[in-house]
Formats: sequence, structure tokens, C-alpha cells
Amino acid sequence: MKSKKVRVLAIPYAVWIVGFTLIPLMFVLAKAVTSPAGGFTFDNLLAIFDPVNRKSLILSLLLAFISTVMCILISYPVALILKSSKIKNKKILMFILILPMWMNFILRILAVQMLLSKNGIINHFLTMAGLSPINIINTPYAIVFGMVYDYLPYMMLPVLNCILAIPDDIIEASRDLGANRLTVLRRIIIPLSLSGIGSGITMVFVPSMTEFVIANILGGGKIQLLGNIIEQEFSVTMNQHLGSGLSVTLMIFVLLTTLLFGRHEDTNKGFVL
Amino acid sequence: MKKKIMCLIMSVCMLTLCACSATGQTAGEDNSEEQSLTVFNYGQYFEPEMLELFTKETGIRINYEEAATPEELYTKYVSGGISYDLLCTSDYMIKRLIDEGEAKEVNYRGMEHFKNINPEFLKLSDSFDPGNKYALPYFWGTVGILYNTTKVNGPIDSWDVLFNGEYSGQIIMQDSMRDSFMVALKYLGYSLNTTDEKKIREAADLLKKQKPDVESYLVDEARDEVVAENAVMAVVYSGEGYLGHEYNPDLAYVIPKEGSNLWVDSWIMTKNCKNTEAALKFLDFLCREDVAKANFEFQYYSSPNKTVVDKMDETLKANNAINPSYDSLKDCEVFEALDEKTTALYSELWKEIKSE
Repeated sequence: MKSKKVRVLAIPYAVWIVGFTLIPLMFVLAKAVTSPAGGFTFDNLLAIFDPVNRKSLILSLLLAFISTVMCILISYPVALILKSSKIKNKKILMFILILPMWMNFILRILAVQMLLSKNGIINHFLTMAGLSPINIINTPYAIVFGMVYDYLPYMMLPVLNCILAIPDDIIEASRDLGANRLTVLRRIIIPLSLSGIGSGITMVFVPSMTEFVIANILGGGKIQLLGNIIEQEFSVTMNQHLGSGLSVTLMIFVLLTTLLFGRHEDTNKGFVL
Repeated sequence: MKKKIMCLIMSVCMLTLCACSATGQTAGEDNSEEQSLTVFNYGQYFEPEMLELFTKETGIRINYEEAATPEELYTKYVSGGISYDLLCTSDYMIKRLIDEGEAKEVNYRGMEHFKNINPEFLKLSDSFDPGNKYALPYFWGTVGILYNTTKVNGPIDSWDVLFNGEYSGQIIMQDSMRDSFMVALKYLGYSLNTTDEKKIREAADLLKKQKPDVESYLVDEARDEVVAENAVMAVVYSGEGYLGHEYNPDLAYVIPKEGSNLWVDSWIMTKNCKNTEAALKFLDFLCREDVAKANFEFQYYSSPNKTVVDKMDETLKANNAINPSYDSLKDCEVFEALDEKTTALYSELWKEIKSE
């Protein structure tokens, strides 16, 4: 009886998955393996080896990789500091960390554009302090900055959850057994927080790899990621078949990343967001 | 168990399909009861108050949809998600829509306020709408350079300043395939409608060489960046050229001497338009003096409406962005729709330029 009721409750989910994931995915797959004139072809999938597309794919992967590493480098120390701090209500601190996510993401990126632009606020303060202004707007650096700014909470939360969940007893025990701070970090904290880092990587690397809006706004239209090419194929060139083909290739990379880093999630179910 | 889940999924699929077709039908029936028009236009291209006024006067409800570029507008139109009654787009896209049989022939001459349209622009429209059977001119203008007079060395009158490296890192180009190629083709002295592969490749090489000097490729933000003095010059549409000067008096607009693109945006009635009477009312409304004036003052592109031009004050009349001299227009050309092969070449080269 009970299981039947549960199944009824799953209907909205089934509708969602079928209507908004499976059916659209079929369309994309069908377009990816056909040519505009009709007929089966692998050309759209192989188009990734075209020099222009390949270059954009490599750039996408590179920027996504740098952003992910930066996110880890920022989140991890913060999590460690929070872990050892005496603050009672750590929930409040986590709340502050995710507060920026309450604002629309395009608005946040436009704000970053304002901050970084040539006569922007950051340069204004730099020149006031007698320093030379920085010129990173419309370069890949600005895109990385935007991605880190945008996706940091997605890394911060799982890492923080994971580290805060490590029982203090374990750390104390290892201390008693003569481990110094570095050994505790290396042998206890890092291994026990790998699952958090794993889900953080998936949640940061995947969206930054498929990104095109940030690249457009902060890259000044000069930097072309694979996401931008796909967008162009759909909106300007109107070659939906090629666009779908490239999307499918990108999906393969997404799948690989998820398989590589996502498997840790099973071992530590309770703490993933 | 698995079978049951499959059954569930299948029935959900069927239900969704039924629901879709059912709502589709009722929506169709609704149309006959309450009059409404679905209008498709570029962004920031219509005074919103005028839409309200139209509904107030006629009782016809307007569903207003927007797109940023001709290509986006076309893609949305052909995808068929929404059935549009009227749409406004640029010359070459109008031609394409006419050629594909998407436009409906309209007797504009029967409209009450049609006489307000300057016949010169009907002549101009002839190049993309032979015989003026489909298109009603809405706004026209040019493409030129908006520049900061206090930051340039010497007068600006040629596309050369964008390519000679003098203003490296200070230039904004249009993030639009045809507009950027147009600049290079005109600078090289070719027609902007050339289908000669060698000439197009030459233009692409020039744009590739120029890329390190370009600060950014933008569309709508180009003007704001020059106004904010983040760049010295930008390729912009004439309306933006006029407004740039309004926001920052140091800025000026020029149509380069090599010639440029002269564009005409027009309205067409689509073949899907069922309520032609309401659509005609809307088009006639657009030609009316007060409405044309309000729309002109909303974005300051040049109006083909005689009543608007006649009643402009002298400074507006003398402005080269709003009323360019005949002399500055003599080397300007209207875009024509490119054939499929040339379009493919353009796309390929544009992708190469952007990924340099």
C-alpha cells in the first residue's frame, strides 16, 4: 500500500524528466546524427576536430579547469578556518556565503563587468592609491574571475559540509598519537573531505565548461568558448544540426567528468547538498 | 516493477501530448472571441505607451515579442513556437522572408495615413521588395563611427582609423557578422553585397589582423562604452550615434567617406496572419503623425515619415546621424540577402575571426 502511494508522488518527477530531459535530449541526438538535408551522418559529431572548434573546446576545458582549481584553493582554507574557529553558529556563516546566490546571476556578472571595466570601480581605486590600473576586462582572466565569483558557493558548500562533519574526536585522537598539524591535514582531513571536493568539482567544472554568457559579457565577444560556438550555430548560423552535434560532444565531456569525480558522492550521502 | 514504471512513463508521455494538443485548440478558439495581434520587433524599438494607446483606441490586444538581431528574429520566427501576425526586421531579412513565401501581400496604399510615408523610401525598399508589395518602411539609418572628439588625433572621416593601429585597444566593433564584414569590405573598396570569395576572404583577413586592436565586440552596449569613455570609438547604428552625443557632448558620429550600410527596417504581415483587418489597423496606426513622432523620439533613428521630419527642430534636422546629407550617402548600399554558399562562407570566416 505504502509503496503505491510513494509511486503516485513520483509522477511529477516522471513528467518532468520525460518532458524536459528525455524528449529534448532525443531531439538533440536526432539532430546531431542527421545533416540539414536529411540523412544519417557523423559529420556533426566529428566537427569537434575542426581546428576552430577544437581550439574553443581546449580553451573551454582550460578555463573550466583553472576556475575549478581556484574555487578549491579559496574554499578549502575557509572551510579549515571555520572548522577550527570557536564561533558557535556556523550556520549563519554558511548563510552569508550563499547570500550572493540570491541575486540573479546575469546581474552579478554585469556587476563584475562594471567593477573590472577600464574606468571601473577597481581601477578608480587603484589609480587613487597611485597604483597602475589593471586591464583584465575582455580577456580570459576576466572570464575566470567571473566563473570563480559565480560558482564559488557550489564548491564552498559541499567542501564545508564535509569538513565540518569530520568528528573532532578523530582529530584529537590523531593528535594524541603524535601527529602534527600537517599530518592531521594530510592523513585525516583531506582524505575524509574528498567526497565534498568531488561533488564541488562536478558542480563547478560542468557549468563552467558549458558557459557562454559569462564569456560573452566579460570577454567582450573576443573569446570564443565552445558554448559560444554552439549558441552561434543555433541563433546566427541557424545550423541546428551542427550545434546539436557539438552539444553532444560537450555532453560526453560532462559525462566523463561526472564519472570521474561524482562517484565519491555515494560514500557520504548525508552531506551532499 | 520495471514494467510498471515504463507504463507510468508512457502514460505520462501520452497525457502530456493530449494536454498539449488540447490547449492548442482552445487557444485557437479564443482568438476569434477577443481580437489580438502578435507583433514581433527588435528590442528598444517601440514606445511602449503607443502599444497601450492602440489597445485603448481599438480594443485589440497586442502580444509584443522582441529579438536582438535579424538572425535571432528569423530563427525564432521559423521555429514556429509562436504564430506572429506582424514583424519588423531589416532589409535583407525582409527579402529572405519574402523569398521564402512568409510574407503576405498588403495594399498599403489603401491605408488612411500611408500618404505620410516619403516616397523616396518606397523607392529604396524596391531593392528588397520589388513593387512595394509587402514591406512598410518603419525606420532607416546608417552605420558609422561614434568617436570621442577629445581623444582622437585629427579628423575622423574614414574606416582607416579602425585598421591602422593608431587606436589599438580603443576600438569597439559590432558583434554581428554582416556589420563587421561590411566595415572591412567597404574599407577595401568592395561592395558590401559581394559574393566573390576572394574579396570576402580578404575582408576576413583584415578583420583577423585587426582583432588585437579591438577592445571588444558588442551590440547594444557599444554606445554606452564610448559614452563611459571606456573606448575612444565604436561602430554603431546612426540612432546610437545621435544618442551618444546627447549623453556625452564630446562624442560625434560620422559616416566614413568610403561609404557604409544604409538600412531600412520595415514591417511585413506574415502569411500566418488571420486577422488582416486588425493588422492593417496597426500598420496604419504606425504611420499616424503622433505615433510616428513618439516612436521616433523613443530611439532617434531616421523616420521615413514626412510629417515627423517636417516638424523636427532645426538642430535635429541638421544632425548627420538623423538626417545625413545626400553626399554622405552616395557610396552607401542596402544589404541584400546572401546566397546559401556565401552565408556559409561568412559564418565559417566569422567563427575563425572570433576564435583567433
